[in-house]
This record gives sequence, structure tokens and C-alpha cells, in this order.
Amino acid sequence: METIILFAPLVGALICGFGWRVIGEVAAQWTATLFLFLAAILSWVTFLTFDPFAHEGGAYTVTVLRWIESGSLATDWAIRMDRLTATMLIVITTVSALVHLYSFGYMAHDDNFDDARESYRPRFFAYLSFFTFAMLMLVTADNLVQLFFGWEGVGLASYLLIGFYFRKPSANAAAIKAFVVNRVGDFGLALGIFAIFLMVDSISFNDIFAAAPELAEKEITFLWTTWPAIELICFLLFIGAMGKSAQFILHTWLPDAMEGPTPVSALIHAATMVTAGVFLVCRMSPLMEFADWTQSFIVWIGLITAFFAATVGLVQNDIKRVIAYSTCSQLGYMFVAAGVGVYSVAMFHLLTHAFFKAMLFLGAGSVIHGMHHEQDMRNYGGLRRKMPYTFWAMMVGTLAITGVGIPLLYLGFPVGFAGFVSKDAIIESAYAAGTDASIVAFWGLVAAALMTSFYSWRLMFLTFYGEARGDHHTHEHAHESPMVMVAPLGVLAVGAIFAGMVFYKPFFGSDASVDKFFGNMKVEEHALAEDPVSPLMLGAAHAAGEDGKEHKRAAQVPGQGAIYIAEDNHVLHEAHLVPKWVKLSPFLAMLAGFLLAYQFYIRRPDWPERLAENQRYLYNFLLNKWYVDEIYDFLFVKPAMWVGTFLWKKGDGATIDGGLNGLAMGIVPFFTRLAGRAQSGYIFTYAFAMVLGILVLVTWMTLAGGN
Amino acid sequence: MSADLNIILPEIFLSIFAMLGLVVGAYGGKDKLAALFVWVTSAVLVATAAWIGFQGAGTGRAFGGMFVDDGFARFAKVTILLAGAAILLMSESYMARRDLLRFEYPLLIVLAIVGMMVMVSAGDLIALYMGLELQSLALYVVAALRRDSVKSTEAGLKYFVLGALSSGLLLYGASLVYGFAGTTLFAGIIEAAEGETPLGLLFGLAFICAGLAFKISAAPFHMWTPDVYEGSPTPVTAFFATAPKVAAMGLFARVVHDAFGGVIGDWQQILAVLSVASMFLGAIAAIGQTNIKRLMAYSSIAHMGYALMGLAAGTAQGVEAMLIYMAIYVTMNIGTFAFILSMEKDGAPVVEINALSLYSKREPMKALAMLVLLFSLAGVPPLVGFFAKYSVLLAAVDAGLAWLAILGVVASVIGAFYYLRIVYLMYFGADESELDTGGSGILWGFLIASAAAMVFGVVNLFGVEGAAAAAAAALVN
Repeated sequence: METIILFAPLVGALICGFGWRVIGEVAAQWTATLFLFLAAILSWVTFLTFDPFAHEGGAYTVTVLRWIESGSLATDWAIRMDRLTATMLIVITTVSALVHLYSFGYMAHDDNFDDARESYRPRFFAYLSFFTFAMLMLVTADNLVQLFFGWEGVGLASYLLIGFYFRKPSANAAAIKAFVVNRVGDFGLALGIFAIFLMVDSISFNDIFAAAPELAEKEITFLWTTWPAIELICFLLFIGAMGKSAQFILHTWLPDAMEGPTPVSALIHAATMVTAGVFLVCRMSPLMEFADWTQSFIVWIGLITAFFAATVGLVQNDIKRVIAYSTCSQLGYMFVAAGVGVYSVAMFHLLTHAFFKAMLFLGAGSVIHGMHHEQDMRNYGGLRRKMPYTFWAMMVGTLAITGVGIPLLYLGFPVGFAGFVSKDAIIESAYAAGTDASIVAFWGLVAAALMTSFYSWRLMFLTFYGEARGDHHTHEHAHESPMVMVAPLGVLAVGAIFAGMVFYKPFFGSDASVDKFFGNMKVEEHALAEDPVSPLMLGAAHAAGEDGKEHKRAAQVPGQGAIYIAEDNHVLHEAHLVPKWVKLSPFLAMLAGFLLAYQFYIRRPDWPERLAENQRYLYNFLLNKWYVDEIYDFLFVKPAMWVGTFLWKKGDGATIDGGLNGLAMGIVPFFTRLAGRAQSGYIFTYAFAMVLGILVLVTWMTLAGGN
Repeated sequence: MSADLNIILPEIFLSIFAMLGLVVGAYGGKDKLAALFVWVTSAVLVATAAWIGFQGAGTGRAFGGMFVDDGFARFAKVTILLAGAAILLMSESYMARRDLLRFEYPLLIVLAIVGMMVMVSAGDLIALYMGLELQSLALYVVAALRRDSVKSTEAGLKYFVLGALSSGLLLYGASLVYGFAGTTLFAGIIEAAEGETPLGLLFGLAFICAGLAFKISAAPFHMWTPDVYEGSPTPVTAFFATAPKVAAMGLFARVVHDAFGGVIGDWQQILAVLSVASMFLGAIAAIGQTNIKRLMAYSSIAHMGYALMGLAAGTAQGVEAMLIYMAIYVTMNIGTFAFILSMEKDGAPVVEINALSLYSKREPMKALAMLVLLFSLAGVPPLVGFFAKYSVLLAAVDAGLAWLAILGVVASVIGAFYYLRIVYLMYFGADESELDTGGSGILWGFLIASAAAMVFGVVNLFGVEGAAAAAAAALVN
């Protein structure tokens, strides 16, 4: 079954991409979509029936074939199935299947292509399916090289899809930018894999995890300095994660990637590929748990990204860019969770985020589609009545991302939209971790939550409320999207509403429930029954030490189960015991953001402009995304261009081409003419040459001979 | 005595065949028998090649060491005989249609080949000279075979006069060597030429080298080659470009190793200079040619430069590389000349390169075969010609002559230009070629077989490598 899940998208991609001329365009699109739905259904079956305790170590491996054997390196194509993989499988295949379906409507007509003469739809579907295959390859890998293969495969698919409108220079530029920036991250990841192979002499996850404790003792020399091996490895791996997940300093490609068609943004640049970095960190939890320094580095980067992206999101006018920065920001949340050691919470947010962010993107796509590819929110307004389904879908997404729920109510799970449950879990974990970085992170994430709420509601108000702005004609023709586009929104809405509540227990409930879900260790029934939170959230059932019982969790063996939680890591447990004001703070931040947005965009629509004028420098600073792109342009792009131009014009053009041309077109023909003239046709010339030749030989021999 | 005769039995057999043929031809049907003679001679040459090839291993010396029959000699003789047979077969219809087919032609070729066989087996300066002159005299005559053509007679005359000069140089060198070594036997010379070698002996060596360089048309003793190649009838040119080159290279290898194996350092420089001069002159001068026969002349000069590079290495590996190079070179040239022989317009031979413009449209198969051969001549991998160059370059590098190898690579880049120009013309030329299509099946067969060998030979070079290694081991020990 695992093999079918993995290869169904590939088969779909091949049939659709190469066979559409034979079977026809529509059939090709359906083939790709149906294969994806097959994979999605099987993934859910796998996820729901997966029992980690039925397998040794909480995971099992399906070997497809032997891949590389060279010296001590031995690698298989293999599917490692554990809870992490199973979770990723449902996220990827579900969103991908829905995006395939949605694309029927979205790609039905495209002004960038000539419908009569070009077939772009099979290509689009083939790329989407290929992307899905590569992403599945990444998450099912049982070793680092296969993971790297998938990692690069999704990078390629992302490149192809960002540049799908290949006639637009901006799309090509964005595709190249995404590729190049990711290359920086991939360089780190590759170095990390090399370092692991150097230290462990294996790249299989089982071997690496088993070696983690000894690795923590070792040192490695790199760049003329000795480092603790585990810190360096984890740091390098995280560099890779930063690139793929668009974390601060390597984030610049993600907003530009919105040049791709909107379904692509939903699938690749919101729900799946960009979360690969989070997945990698969680997958490597047995190493990460030993790398304290890198862990706090991850927290810092996650925090900065969450905060930075939220600030930029406040002032963007392109509807997709707002959501793109929102994605960036939410990825920061996930990294903070992973950084403080609650990997299950990071995965939790990854899961819920996939649903509501995919929905926001698809909803935005629906708006764009209905508004004839107008993306500037300043030209929207009052679309609520024109697009009722889309409006409600966006509303659910917004409620989910901003974290609307009923605070302090606990019915065995918190009551609220998906984002409410998972985001609050991250913020509480950050507070509970108690390190310097995580306390700062707590405040930063609360502030980011406020901004998230503000920009999300801003988007809603600008798009669906108020007066119709912009081109009168466009608004008259604005229409609701067809059923194939609305239906996926409905499915995702279910996820956005309930995913948080349903999956609360397994991902965040308690040490015992998480351990059981991920197969980390056997837990006893009474431990499962114990709930760290008392009903109605009146307070912690038993705060640490209060009832005289120290919290205890048995020691876990690295590699046992899908994630590893070190013995001294009690963040997950303590996150439930934080003070009430901590639990309330994200909710209050959300409320404040909502009220601000309401004030600015419903009650006094003239305020935003006045504020922007009053705070012109701040406004420009945010509008220009902290000038990161400009700094990079100055630091890297311009010098690289200069060096490139120099080598091209002077090095290649003048020196190499010039030299060769001079030789080939000047010097050689000169000698050719000379040789032609020497060939006079007269015997005496020839004889003279022979005599000269013998003279030269004899002289040469006398002068240089004998040695 | 009978043991001695046994060893040179193939040469005696061929000589008797040639003389009998002359008698039969003169008193019999004269030129009416010519076509038959060509076929019979080819068969006899192939049979002799098989006879020598399957004779077995071992070294035999006859007449007190004047004549050596070893693995090296056998390898060279088989190559020479097969090349001669192939050229004869290719020339039959060409010469018949131009009324050039004299019954003496195949017999002169046989006599030349006997001379060559003596050359590669020579163990003495006298035997050397005898073989060389027998070969040369026969070749002077066939060069001027078209008696009513000014160009052909001019070619024969030039060849003869300059050949006489080169023989003079060689003889002068031989007399110097005899004077300082006291013997003409190679086995005796090698004892004299060791350690502190008298300068006179080295002078002799230099003169002998000059004489031999003339025979293989190495620069600067190459000047006769383009004129003779152009003037001679094309089948004769094809013959000049193949068998005599092998014989002269074989003789060269024999002299420097058998007679002067003790002073490798001395002749190595001569050969290296000749090699560099030939490679560059062949590559550069060919660029200006518009006549494909002259172009092939310069091409052969350049190729001899590479073969000399193998010899200049002064090792068994070098000799092996040289033999491989020569075998591949001969194969390529047979194919190329089969193509040139088939270049006709309204039945008249055409030698202008420009006539090949867009030839691929008229004769796609032949153009493709020629393309393969030209790429192979230029030494483009993965064709066999590349491995030929690779082996000599490797031998030179292993012998510490890296500079020579580098120059060889540079020259081959320059040389690639004129080969590729023909390809360019055939495929992207300006106006449609007006050459005749169709033509002799024999030529077509040789062309295709040669091109196929360039492609499929990469598998194992048809076992030539092993034979060449054995031959080289017999010579250098």
C-alpha cells in the first residue's frame, strides 16, 4: 500500500505529462487527479490504521530497491513508515488531491496562454503530480540521500511551477530566485549529510539515531576550527531547513514565488514543500535533542521570522503576498516549537496550518479568478455578496489562522478553530520552556499573533466588506467560482475547523498520549487517563511539585518512535501548567488585532492612509520588506553580476575567445600561407628543404645529444 | 642454406609470382589479362598474409642475421599485404575505365611489397638498402603510370629525383655507421653504439634517419608528398598512403631499436623534432588545400607525426602504440580513399573538395560513412581514431615526453579543422553537389566496412592491441 501511495502520483505525472497527446487533455487531467485521490484515500487508511507498537522501534521499512552501493555507503530506495511519515502523507496527498481538483476550474482558461494553440493544462497537472511524488519521496525516505533526492525534486517542481507562466519575465526571475536561494540552504543540508556520513559512516536514519548519544560526545574539525560534532551537524541541517522553509535571511524567495498560479501557491508554498524544513528538524529530533545551542538558534530564527513576516504582512496590498508573508510567519511559529523541543506541537501546527492556509490560498485564488486576475486588494471591496461561498471559506480560514476559540474552556480538548489550538500550544510551550530565548519568543509570538489577526482581518475587510473599489467593469463581472473550485474549499473548511480539536490529544494532550501516538514508548493505561489539565481550564490539575509528585517520564531510546524527547525535556508537560494569563494572552492579542482592523478598515477607512503618512519611514520600511532584497542586491547580486560580466567580457570574450580567434584566424592561416608558398613545385626547393632539414637534425644532435 | 631459404620463403614466393606474371603477361594477352591479374594478385597477397599470419611464433634469422623474421616483422607484413590487396581491389574498375589498367600494375605492386617485406625484416644495412630500393623503384614507376599525363610523369620524376637524394643521404649515413662500427649487421652496430658513442656513428644515425624520414614523408623531408599524391593516379595515391608508410615506419623502428637501442636518448630527440614538425606542418598546411588528394597528403604527414611520437617514446609501449596507430591509420585511409575514388562527375574523377557541397542530400549513407571516417581521422572519441591517438599520447607521457604529447594534442585540434570542414561542406554546404551517385560496389563495401570498423572497433580494436603488444615485445627487449 505504501508503494502505491508513493508511486501513484509519479504514474499520474508520467501518463499526464507524456501521454496526453494520446489520451487527450481532459483524460490526462483526470488521470493525474484520480491517481492523487487514490493516494489520498490510501494515506488516510494508512494513517488511521497505523499502529506504531506493531513494529519494532515504532517504524517499519518497505524496501523498493537497492540504490547506491559504494564503499561503506549503502542506500536503498525505501519507505520508512512511522507516525511522522503517516502524518505528512495525509497532509500532502489530501491537499494535493484537492488542489488538483481545484485546478480544473482555476486553469480552465488562462490569459497567459493561447488556448487554441497551446496545451498547458496537462503540463500543469503533470508538474503538480510530479511535485507530489517528490514530496512523498522526501517524507518517506529512510535515509538522508533519498531525502535529499526528494528535497531537490520538490525544488525542481517548485521552480517549474513558479515559472509556469514562462512568458512573464517576472515569473522567470522569481523561479530563478527561488532556485538560487534554495541552493544556499541545500548547500548547508548537503554539508550536513556529508558530516553525518563522516562521523557515523552511514546515512540511514536508524544508524544515525542509534549513534546520536555518542555523536554528542564527539568533535569535528571544520573551517579550521573544532566544533562539537552534533551542534555543527544540526546547524548545517537547519540551514537546509531554513532555505526550504523560507526562514529569515533565506526567506526572500517565498513572496516572489507567488508569481506561480495560485493552486501552486496553495500546495507548494503554503501547505507542503515549505514545511519540509519543519519536517526535517522533527525527523532529526534524536540529534536535535542533543544540540542545545542549535536548538536556541532555531528558536531565535523562528521568532525573528514569525515577527518579521507578520510586520511586513501588515502593509502589503497584493492579496497573495499577504498570505505568503503569513505563511512565512506561521513557519516561524513551527520552528519555535521545534526549537523548544516540542516536535509534536510543531507537527501539530504543520498539520492544522496546511488545512487553513491551503484554504486561504484557494479562497484567494477563487477571488482572483472571479475578479479576472486582479490581485490588488485596494481594487476589491464588497465581494461578500458576489462570492458567498468563497467568502465563508475565507472566513473560516481567517478564524482558524487568527486563533478564534473559547479560551479557558476544556472539554478534554480546547474548543476552537484549528489555529486556536495549535498556535496556543506553541505559545504556551515557548513560555514553559523557560530559557532566555523562549521567553523572548513567547512575547514575540504573542505580538506576532496580534499582527496576524490584524492583517488577516484587514484582508477580509478589504476584500469582502465596504464599497467596491477599482475598475467598475471588473466588479460588475465578478462572479462566484465553479463547483470544482468551491468543493475543495468545503473539505478544507472541515479540516480548518476540527483538525485542532480532533488531533489535540495525540499531538499535545500529555506526555503519555503523545508517546503513544508517535510510538515513542509503551505507556500504561492509567497514565493515558491522567490529564494534566483540569476540566473547564480552572487550573492545572496538579502543578509541578504541588501534589508532591515530581513529573516523571521514562527514558526514551533515540530512534525509538517517530520523535525523540530527551529525558530532561519536560516542556510538553509543563506547557499545560502555565499561568492563566499566558493561556489568555494569544486570545487577547487576537482580539486586539481584530478590533484594530475593524477600526481601521470598517469604521474609519481613512485612518490607514493617515497613519501611513504620519509614519512614512516606518511604512516604507515595512512596505519594502525591511529592505532585505535591496541589501541582498547590493551585497550579493551586484557583485556577482560584476564578476560575471567581468569574466564574460574580459575573461571569456577578450582573453579566451580573442586568443583563440587570434590564433585560429590570424596565426594559423599565416603559417598556412607560408607553407603554401614553400610548396613551390620546383624540385630544387624541395631538395633544399631536405638539406636544411638534415643540417638542423645534425646540429640539433650535436648541440643537445648524448644525454 | 635451406633453413635460410625457408625463412624467406614468402618473399621468394611473391618474387617468383611477380616474374612469372611478367612473362605470362608479356607473351600472353598483355593488358587484356590485367583485370584477371589484379584479382589473382589480390588473392595471392591475402593468402600470403594468412600464411605469414598463421605461421606461428618465434624468431628466425637467415643469412647470418641479415634477415630477421620475428613477431614484429610478421605484424608489419600482414598489415602491408592486406593493405596492398585492398588497394588493388579498389583500383581495378577505376583504372579500367580510364584505360590505365596495365598488366604490369599489379606485378609492380607485388614487387614493391616484396621490397617492403624485406625492409621490415632487415637485420643489416645492406638488406635494408636492398629492400628500400626495390620498393622505391617499383613505386617510381607506378607513380608515373599515366604516361600521357604531364602531372603524373612530373610526379614520377620528382619522386625519383628526390628519392635518389634521400637514398644518397641514407647511404652516406650507412657508410658512416659502417666506418665507425666496422660492421653492417645491426647486431654488431648495437654493440658499438653503446655508452661513449663516437660522434661519427651518431652522424650516421642522423643521416639514416633523414633518409627514412623521406620515406615516411615526415617534415621537413615531406615536400614531395603533396605533388606526388596529386599527380599520381588516385589508386596509386591510395597505395602510397598506406603500405609503404607501414613498411617505412617498421624499418624505422627496426633500425632505431635493433641497431641503436643503446643510444635511445640520441635518436629520441631526432624523432621528437620530426614528430612535432610533421604534426604541425600537416595540420597547418592542409587547411589551405582545395584538392582532396593534396589534403590527404598533408593528413598523412600529420599522422606520421603521431606514429613517430609513439616511436620517440623509445619503449615497447611506444612501439606497440605506433603499430596500433599504423594499423588503424591504414584502415581509415583505405575507407577514405574508397570514398575519394568514388568521387566522379559524369564519369570523370573529381578531386575538388567544394564538389562535396551538400553531398549528404545525394548519398546519405556514403556521406555518413565519410563523416565517421573523418571524425575518426580527426581523433574524435568514441571512434577508433581517438584510441589510436590516445595510445601514442599515453606512450609519450609514460616515457616522460609530456611536452611532446601536449604539442600533439594542440596539433590535433588544429588538424580537426580541415577534417570537419569537409563534414561541414557535406552537410551544410551552399549548393547541391553534382557528383554522380551509385558507383562501384567494391568501393562502397570498403567504405562502409572501414567506417563500421571505426565504430565497432572501440569494443576491442579487433584484437590488434594484443598482436601489436606481442610484436613490440619481439622488437624491444
